[in-house]
Amino acid sequence: MNERPNSFRSGPDENGRFGIYGGRFVAETLMPNILALEKAYEEARNDPAYHAEMNHHLTHYVGRPSPLYFAERLTEHFAQVSAASGGKGGAKIYLKREELNHTGSHKVNNVLGQIMLARRMGKPRVIAETGAGQHGVATATLCARFGLKCIVYMGAVDVARQAPNVFRMKMLGAEVVPVQSGAKTLKDAMNEALRDWVTNVSDTFYCIGTVAGPHPYPAMVRDFQSVIGNEVRTQMQEAEGRLPDSLVACVGGGSNAMGLFHPFLDDPSVEIFGVEAAGHGLDKLNAASINGGRPGVLHGNRTYLLMDKDGQIEEGHSISAGLDYPGIGPEHSWLHDIGRAKYLAATDDEALEAFGLLSRLEGIIPALECAHALAKLKDLAPQRPKDHLMVLNLSGRGDKDVPQVAEILGTKL
Amino acid sequence: MTTRLDKRFAALKAEGRAGLVTFTMAGDPGHDASLEILKALPKAGADVLELGMPFTDPMADGPPIQASGLRALKGGETLRRTLDLVHAFRATDSDTPLILMGYYNPIYVYGVDAFLNDALAAGVDGLIVVDLPPEEDAELCVPALKAGLNFIRLATPTTDDARLPAVLANTSGFVYYVSVTGITGAATPDFDAVSAAVARIKRHTDLPVAVGFGVKTRDHARAVARGADAVVVGSALVEAVRKSLDKDGAATEKTVPAVTELVRELAEGVRSARPVAAE
Ligand SMILES: Cc1ncc(COP(=O)(O)O)c(C=O)c1O
Repeated sequence: MNERPNSFRSGPDENGRFGIYGGRFVAETLMPNILALEKAYEEARNDPAYHAEMNHHLTHYVGRPSPLYFAERLTEHFAQVSAASGGKGGAKIYLKREELNHTGSHKVNNVLGQIMLARRMGKPRVIAETGAGQHGVATATLCARFGLKCIVYMGAVDVARQAPNVFRMKMLGAEVVPVQSGAKTLKDAMNEALRDWVTNVSDTFYCIGTVAGPHPYPAMVRDFQSVIGNEVRTQMQEAEGRLPDSLVACVGGGSNAMGLFHPFLDDPSVEIFGVEAAGHGLDKLNAASINGGRPGVLHGNRTYLLMDKDGQIEEGHSISAGLDYPGIGPEHSWLHDIGRAKYLAATDDEALEAFGLLSRLEGIIPALECAHALAKLKDLAPQRPKDHLMVLNLSGRGDKDVPQVAEILGTKL
Repeated sequence: MTTRLDKRFAALKAEGRAGLVTFTMAGDPGHDASLEILKALPKAGADVLELGMPFTDPMADGPPIQASGLRALKGGETLRRTLDLVHAFRATDSDTPLILMGYYNPIYVYGVDAFLNDALAAGVDGLIVVDLPPEEDAELCVPALKAGLNFIRLATPTTDDARLPAVLANTSGFVYYVSVTGITGAATPDFDAVSAAVARIKRHTDLPVAVGFGVKTRDHARAVARGADAVVVGSALVEAVRKSLDKDGAATEKTVPAVTELVRELAEGVRSARPVAAE
């Protein structure tokens, strides 16, 4: 489909394209803003002072670097599974502990970069969309820290299933706007944020939470999240003296995954796996854009989308609010088409099982989002040898999901 | 190439008045009722028809047009049926220019070449696709122009003098000036600022300039028509449709008159904006 490039890390082109994906499919009202953002980011990217300030806050406020943790009991568990099922021994599993960041997920890496850009551009008002509420919490947090006004759009369904994060955002001084249109989840929150931006172009910075949206967002958010993969390179070198053999991450819009993957795209020995949300199953309601969708145009970019035969966007379903989005970042669509990354899918039930497994074996309650990545270890790890180094991005902690999971398991809190 | 739009704007200029452009949604309230509305509009005073292609995620539209699109989709409207609607309209009216307005994804999925073929065959004169800025001209704009359709672009208060030439470069038929930074159906524009903006655009182009977003009443229409070549009204019309529906959301005998009465008032406003013996 697309030609194989010399490097997998050179995109996007000057039109914001990764192969046929990406682009700037927005209303004219927003175009000047998007061009101004592109220019401001280009300047910041080449300004050592910007990076110095960002690194300072990453260290002292976010708490980076996050550990690369050898998950001994999880590794042992899959070694046993492997032995029992005639596998190849079971991979050695490391967890990248993004859940230990301030605010409890990887989302803060991106938000810090964007908020510092908002400050440089002199925008006093910040808007964001959120699904699980992790991006909303991270945005509310950094707006509190830097004294910016913060408005978070969140689907009404997500407001109900992620109550702890809604309260957290309000504590942090943000205004949370429940969105009543469509399926009342992340897609609709993004529509509403775009409508706000069209209305308040001059004073507002739109802080997008994932590697999607019009150019330059997919590239910019990827750059901010690449701190994850860059740290893994160094940390794995220290721990094992070499590169990892495989990477696994969950994919909603795809920012934690892209942050882990991107620094390794040009290392051919590294296998790359993204895990989408299969919801009730790939033949039923799901949120797996690559596994269940096809290319289309939404929210400013061309990418794989869930839609009907007439190009009307379909509502996804996932147990995890953070994966419940009918699209995926355009760079993932491109990596899929050219075959550099493989995209798997995990159902709600598989994610719930993995949620329990990690809690019991490692004493870490994962977010339901990355529980989808954990769920695929049972297929990937036993089939690889004991000296295979597998890194899984633990993108967030599960505190926010405890009320929802308790309800599903029939426990009254 | 002279299109129906070019002819209509030339005729309006000769008459010395501004035109009225009406936006209604294909398939709202139901496919057949939306055709009845379409047919009634020219007689009520509409000079150019804009027909919405419903989309699940209209990111530049406010609640009235969002709701109208969802009603249409719920009623089973598809892009294919919308083209059939235009075809049926054309069988009864071969003069009134008709342009389709919407978002890119349904067209992209239909297939650009197939869509352009079928739109031309149905009697469509032009396209407005909200999420295709000049940066994406290769997608649809250039092929549409080649096929002989007008491609009408939006200019907004954020389109400054530096950017205007790029926006106007591949625009044809007319320029649609969006009078507010915002979504459809929200704020009412500052009419003095609108006149100044129209004058600014006219320094860059000879194309007619239509002004829309926020025009709801006869007085608004009159105020805008003083300086613009045409006035676009949309949200007020789809709201008139909504208010005429029965409790199950079906069209009633009040639906078509509700729309045509408002269009008559708006047309009066547009036609009385400039004194006949001007100068
Ligand atoms: C913990 C966590 N992981 C993953 C995601 C999915 O987003 P992305 O695919 O952009 O990493 C979210 C989104 O809310 C999240 O909260």
